Amino acid sequence: MSNTEPRPEDLMGLSDGEYDTILDIMGRTPNFTELGIFSVMWSEHCSYKSSKKWLKTLPIDGPQVIQGPGENAGVVDIGDGQAAIFKIESHNHPSFIEPYQGAATGVGGILRDVFTMGARPVANLNALRFGSPDHPKTRHLVGGVVAGVGGYGNCIGVPTVGGEVNFDPSYNGNILVNAMTVGIASTDKIFYSAAAGVGLPVVYVGSKTGRDGIHGATMASAEFADDADEKRPTVQVGDPFTEKLLLEACLELMATDAIVAIQDMGAAGLTSSSVEMASKGDVGIELDIDRVPQRETGMSAYEIMLSESQERMLMVLHPGREDMARKIFEKWELDFAVIGVTNDSGHLTLLEGGETSADIPVPPLVAAAPEYDRPWTPTPPRPVINATEIDAPDDLGDVLTALIGGPELCSRRWVWEQYDHMVMGDTVVRPGGDAALVRVHGTGKGLAMATDCSPRYVFANPIEGGRQAVAEAWRNVTAVGATPLAVTNNLNFGNPERPEIMGQLVGSVQGMGEACEALDCPVVSGNVSLYNETNGSGILPTPVIGCVGVMADVAKAVTSEFKAVGETIFVIGETQGWLGCSLYQRHMTGDVAGAPPPVNLEAERKNGDLVRHLIADGVLTACHDVSDGGLAVAITEMAMASEASEKGAEIGAEINISPDIATHGWAFGEDQGRYVVTSSAPEAVSAAAAAAGVPARAIGMTVAATLTLPSTRPISVAELKALNERWLPDYMAAG
Amino acid sequence: MPAAVIVFPGSNCDRDVAVALEAASGRPPAMVWHQESALPPSDLIVVPGGFSYGDYLRSGAMAAHSPIMRAVTARANAGTPVLGICNGFQILAEAGLLPGILMRNASLKFVCRDVDLRVERADTVFTSAYTQGEVLRVPVAHHDGNYFADPDTLQRLQDGGQIAFRYCDAGGNVTAAANPNGSIENIAGIVNAAGNVLGMMPHPERLADPLLGGTDGAPMFTALAEAIAA
Amino acid sequence: MKARIHITLKNGVLDPQGKAIQQALTGLAFDGVEEVRQGKYIEIELAASDTEAARAQVADMCEKLLANTVIENYDIEIVA
Repeated sequence: MSNTEPRPEDLMGLSDGEYDTILDIMGRTPNFTELGIFSVMWSEHCSYKSSKKWLKTLPIDGPQVIQGPGENAGVVDIGDGQAAIFKIESHNHPSFIEPYQGAATGVGGILRDVFTMGARPVANLNALRFGSPDHPKTRHLVGGVVAGVGGYGNCIGVPTVGGEVNFDPSYNGNILVNAMTVGIASTDKIFYSAAAGVGLPVVYVGSKTGRDGIHGATMASAEFADDADEKRPTVQVGDPFTEKLLLEACLELMATDAIVAIQDMGAAGLTSSSVEMASKGDVGIELDIDRVPQRETGMSAYEIMLSESQERMLMVLHPGREDMARKIFEKWELDFAVIGVTNDSGHLTLLEGGETSADIPVPPLVAAAPEYDRPWTPTPPRPVINATEIDAPDDLGDVLTALIGGPELCSRRWVWEQYDHMVMGDTVVRPGGDAALVRVHGTGKGLAMATDCSPRYVFANPIEGGRQAVAEAWRNVTAVGATPLAVTNNLNFGNPERPEIMGQLVGSVQGMGEACEALDCPVVSGNVSLYNETNGSGILPTPVIGCVGVMADVAKAVTSEFKAVGETIFVIGETQGWLGCSLYQRHMTGDVAGAPPPVNLEAERKNGDLVRHLIADGVLTACHDVSDGGLAVAITEMAMASEASEKGAEIGAEINISPDIATHGWAFGEDQGRYVVTSSAPEAVSAAAAAAGVPARAIGMTVAATLTLPSTRPISVAELKALNERWLPDYMAAG
Repeated sequence: MPAAVIVFPGSNCDRDVAVALEAASGRPPAMVWHQESALPPSDLIVVPGGFSYGDYLRSGAMAAHSPIMRAVTARANAGTPVLGICNGFQILAEAGLLPGILMRNASLKFVCRDVDLRVERADTVFTSAYTQGEVLRVPVAHHDGNYFADPDTLQRLQDGGQIAFRYCDAGGNVTAAANPNGSIENIAGIVNAAGNVLGMMPHPERLADPLLGGTDGAPMFTALAEAIAA
Repeated sequence: MKARIHITLKNGVLDPQGKAIQQALTGLAFDGVEEVRQGKYIEIELAASDTEAARAQVADMCEKLLANTVIENYDIEIVA
């Protein structure tokens, strides 16, 4: 290379080696705007440079898959000419800096990813992780994030139907806000981002461009130091009202045949949307920067290309359709501007005042994006801990009340009552149970959906933890009676330049892949968020799974609450009393130690298939998956969810077996692949289970008002319910 | 004649209420865009829930000045039944068709859950399928549902029997604990003096289908369908 | 010229947001915060050149849209 100019002092987050590659591609020193474009396109957020090698190993195919990873969202066939389109995405760093706006724009971004593809969004979910409740920032962050998630979803009118909220000190300086949207489209009306064809108009629609969030994508790819509070100006502000108009305008235009390609302007804004469209369509794009609608004066090309202003879309139209499209957007009071044209140059060219101000060849910008095989070390295996190694108190009821009345397992009602979970009039199973179930509008079928991850398992053994995240999401969707179709994943980790963190990523991707394969539930979309560290202290590895399933007849769905007294309670699946990494262990010892519960994927599948068949046959009256806190907690949750009858008593349970293993292990062990179900036809359950070769043990009966577990005193369900409902509102009010 | 549902930019319960109206009456309502200046012939006008104009400035304030609202006001004054649900109630209050105003919830938080309502007036076109004192379960979903009126107005509402629904417990007792938003006198819905305009914060259209968890909202639409078919 | 408009809640109208701010300030150890009332501030650029005409126009805007006079007061300042 002949370039002798000194390299810029600020490489905008690029490494020296990456800068050398840019010099090779350009054959000259890139100007400031060009360097900015390389910087965002090659950021971890846009290029997946640390994770790509491993993501490629995930199963992404199946007869139900219409579009796997690589587009704005994944597309899955749900029959009858309809498709479910969904994806999960993180907005972690912005939410830590400004929780309301960070969370709100996270929801806005993922909604756009889904409606860009032609789907009407029908449900939002989320996975939220906060620091220790004792940390001084936690209360403020919980309040702001929940209000932001609700503020955006409620206003745009898409129900927020499910999610998770967890606390752990490892998130003190790096909270996680992962938002998922599920939409429905016709299989013959799905829109992609490839701008195939030259001489086509490139159209900008939506809000005007301001200086919001410049270099947001690179912020998402850097560790926080203590000056995180100084980063406030880069946070974007969401406008759900404009997004609602944009949604309706896009769907109206999509009903015509005007659109060749469409791409939302998310991270790295106009840069990544135009580069994606050009690259996928194998064309060049020329953009006239002066024609971009601007909210502020004196913006440079660099600022316009890197702005992350929200509620914007880039489209390529068939020539001659501009006026018709413009009319639709003007009706919805949105900006509409033809800002460029496709050509056969293969370059992204920017014009300013008629002069070319940036000129980058697209294929190497995309193809030469760095891909690292970062060094990694496997997580050392941990010993298996026998239940008898952990103490048991005289009355296990004390542990139960402590767990369900504490931050881990208390009711999340305070959260989901701030989300409109019923708008659109199709929410059949509301938040608070296993999976949410949303009817496909105008039909009798439905989509079940859930998000899951148990970071303490992943930390202990990334492979088992990765399998468990997929298995639990699959199990939750199964527990309402639906057939899981596919998953989306959000890989949240610390700094991948540390081999032990990279080892967590590699292991959990391996585990996820194995589970997806065994459960026929491929990965169709996803997002990676790395560098979730503050001053060298990383988060627990948190590979969140969002699973979507289909159910032919929502009237057959089963919910988790006990329905009537006098029904038989069964445990489906094998109970060994695994207490390693359990909540019981942490409660009793203050520590999470040993190996996490293993996931037997073959049993997982057999058990789930049995449960689904029993639900389809109408044999079950209630079903709940067994997860954190084991059987005791699962049974208690089913009792607490039951409605007080006319006479005022909830439905409890009397568990009348003597476990053949340590009672505390039986009650609180977190063995995988299990469900608690109730039935008024116990013989049918036993017969079906025997035929399927699945362990199904009758453990007791539903009774009025009280809950009695082995080695516990009878506890009033009303009392448990009050305890379970109290923690979160009390915590939030104490601020 | 079909019902008319007014659609503002940011309305998001327009489809939900159209589904409930069609289920009750057998025919879809006319959806009327806010920039229209005239209403189609209809014997019932519904102003649906949502976030018209993003609820910026004040909930319902900008929608209340949309072109179509002049026509709605004229028809309301001429006696056509007008039902405003949630944001629709806010719009009708801002438009002066109903007294008082809906302020930020006392909790300052958005609230979405089922609530119990006591029917205070069963002799309006909207509530004729219920009995006075009956307790209904329907959801609320709002950030600004805290009904406020000055003491004189409140007195007039009480004297004139204009309070249509109050928040109550499952037994029908009007208690502070049963009030989800701080509304004065637990007011959940009111009618105008003539009784042909109803504004209510709860969403009867959301529990009018057994698959969604209840049907207590359905009789309102059945009664309206019968009234406008007659 | 420019109009600056302050919109405030009338005395006697409950202001939950103001109350929350007051509690937060007290929580941050600001002593002696006796009451907080919060409102809105709006700036409007006007083509008008006559101050009184501008004031009348803005008052009309407040009556019709910007304020809800059931619960809110407004105060207009016109600056050249």
